[in-house]
Amino acid sequence: MSVHIEESPTTEGDVVTNYTINFGPQHPAAHGVLRMVMELDGEVIERVDPHVGLLHRGTEKLIEQKTYLQALPYFDRLDYCSPLCQEHSYVLAIEKLLNIEVPERAQYLRVLFAELTRISNHMLNIGAHVMDVGAMTPNLWVFELREDCMTFFERASGARMHSAYFRPGGVHQDVPEKLLVDIGDWLDNRFFQLFDDAMSLVMDNRIFKQRNVDIAQVSRDDAVAWGFSGPMIRAAGIPWDLRKSQPYDVYDRMEFDIPVGTNSDCYDRFMVRVKEVRESAKIIKQCIRDMPQGPIASTDGKVSPPKRGEMKQTMEALIHHFKLYTEGFHVPAGEVYVATESPKGEFGVYLVSDGTNKPYRCKIRPTAFSHLQAMDMMSKGHMLADATAILGAIDVVFGECDR
Amino acid sequence: MKVLHSAPKYASNEGVLDRLSESLSVWLDRTEELHGEIILHAKREAIADVLRLLRDDHDYQQLMEIAGADYPDRLERFEVVYMLLSLTKNHRIMVKCVTDEATPVPSVTGLWPNAGWLEREVFDLYGVVFDGNSDLRRILTDYGFEGHPFRKDFPMTGYHELRYSEDEKRVVYEPVELAQDMRTFDFLSPWEGADYVLPGDEKANDPPPVDDPKVTEKPSDTGAGQAAEEQAEEGTSAVPPDMIEIDVTDEEIAPEPTEDRPDREARKGDVPDTKAATKPEEDDK
Repeated sequence: MSVHIEESPTTEGDVVTNYTINFGPQHPAAHGVLRMVMELDGEVIERVDPHVGLLHRGTEKLIEQKTYLQALPYFDRLDYCSPLCQEHSYVLAIEKLLNIEVPERAQYLRVLFAELTRISNHMLNIGAHVMDVGAMTPNLWVFELREDCMTFFERASGARMHSAYFRPGGVHQDVPEKLLVDIGDWLDNRFFQLFDDAMSLVMDNRIFKQRNVDIAQVSRDDAVAWGFSGPMIRAAGIPWDLRKSQPYDVYDRMEFDIPVGTNSDCYDRFMVRVKEVRESAKIIKQCIRDMPQGPIASTDGKVSPPKRGEMKQTMEALIHHFKLYTEGFHVPAGEVYVATESPKGEFGVYLVSDGTNKPYRCKIRPTAFSHLQAMDMMSKGHMLADATAILGAIDVVFGECDR
Repeated sequence: MKVLHSAPKYASNEGVLDRLSESLSVWLDRTEELHGEIILHAKREAIADVLRLLRDDHDYQQLMEIAGADYPDRLERFEVVYMLLSLTKNHRIMVKCVTDEATPVPSVTGLWPNAGWLEREVFDLYGVVFDGNSDLRRILTDYGFEGHPFRKDFPMTGYHELRYSEDEKRVVYEPVELAQDMRTFDFLSPWEGADYVLPGDEKANDPPPVDDPKVTEKPSDTGAGQAAEEQAEEGTSAVPPDMIEIDVTDEEIAPEPTEDRPDREARKGDVPDTKAATKPEEDDK
């Protein structure tokens, strides 16, 4: 940290009150490459100016050069803690423009893996949050669970993190029955034991509460005005969840509750996530129970590629395959804004199509932008050490914030 | 059109457009509803008023996003798109206005505090200026960056690259140097209106680049005629290659059978394959 001491002409250099420090961009509690220029009065934060963009890769510009399918893997690399939830927004945006039907099994699979991603994301955030305020053990335990989730992703898609599993029209591949059984077993026999153990160390912990309760309280009106979403708005007591209010895929058939906070502080945000993990587990179980048999991708040969076996039998399948992987499919001209409930909040995709095989414009709405912008409002008057707790409770990932 | 997709379902659009255009029509250029999305095209000067009315009278409480878009062919090339969300009505709409490089758009930072960063982003990436935003710094690009990278005429590769210089012990900026040209693949079907020229096709329309093009206007120019006929009748002595007969006998082709090697003397060393075994004998010298 570099310390810049202001010289005041009125005090002739004797008493120095405010000074400015750099928090990050190489700070372990900055959750990536965040630089915050902080003005401190002693240890009390007077002003925070977050500098973002250090991880800007121009994803949206790159997407304009790719076909719709080639652009999909970029979404895994935005918020690399919850890759599948972002693919979800993108494929739904394409499907909305194309207006194609997605088979039921594919919808169930998507919801299942989106919820598994939510668990895996919250495992990281919960662990990181408690570590930011000083606890070590729970992080190691929940990372075990995150690793289990990774294994499930790998078994479904072949990749641990950057799955590229959701495709326009469905999903890439069907999953073996054994995988569904194993996910169910894992939830029943392993997940809750470890998770409850880890959380029992934290939830009623005196130190953890001292560091989080009443920190960065945001009123309901402020939460709405600042464009909060996800756990941040729910902690403020507004039961707003896009899975419930604007259901996509088969979320309207799922039974789950929306946990809300009462005090709108860092502790509530943490607890909302802890409760959400349980709701996600409920959804996963319902998916496994209700998942029908059937195709896993749209039967429209102009959008989803043919099976390997078909390609060896019919000429049309071979031609479709060739055209889909060179030219790609054309999307009707128009524009849509599709937002889904990613683990961090509303993740939106504004997709403009000019009728060709490439998006004309693809604007990604990161969840972190509104939340991080409110950092100044939230941390004013708090201590320097609280900044890490506030940041941990926002759940910010810079791959997504900076795009 | 029947809805087949499974994208997020919010409250019905029915009647919304009528209600909105009733109270906002003086500020709107036009409205449209396509792909299930309601889009209001507002006049640029009135954009803040339109958004204020939408927030206060029509319950669109949240500004979720401001997106820029560049359409270089248009007179006013930039679009600024505001995505609004109503938590109480469970509905979304888009409001947009157009502008060019020089004309500022009224800022909405007074309506929503989170508009600040969103406008900074549009300014940074497209160069759209917002009137009333007191903190219009760059946000996503590098410190000291020049240009607006998301404009369609900004090259994908950019103009500057940076690396850590071991000599100077710091990060240095240099002009972009590519070992290989940027590859742009255009897989649009040629018969579906690709507007590029395939290699070689440029000759199709232009006259050949010679002073005296070879033409066959008279029959004599073709090279055909009496002389050529006569020459053809004489025939040639050449025999087509497959008619040539090769007289090959076994004796000429088969090699001489090799004789058996003469018996060699047994090697003299104790162990057959040692230096002693391969060492030339004293007598040979």
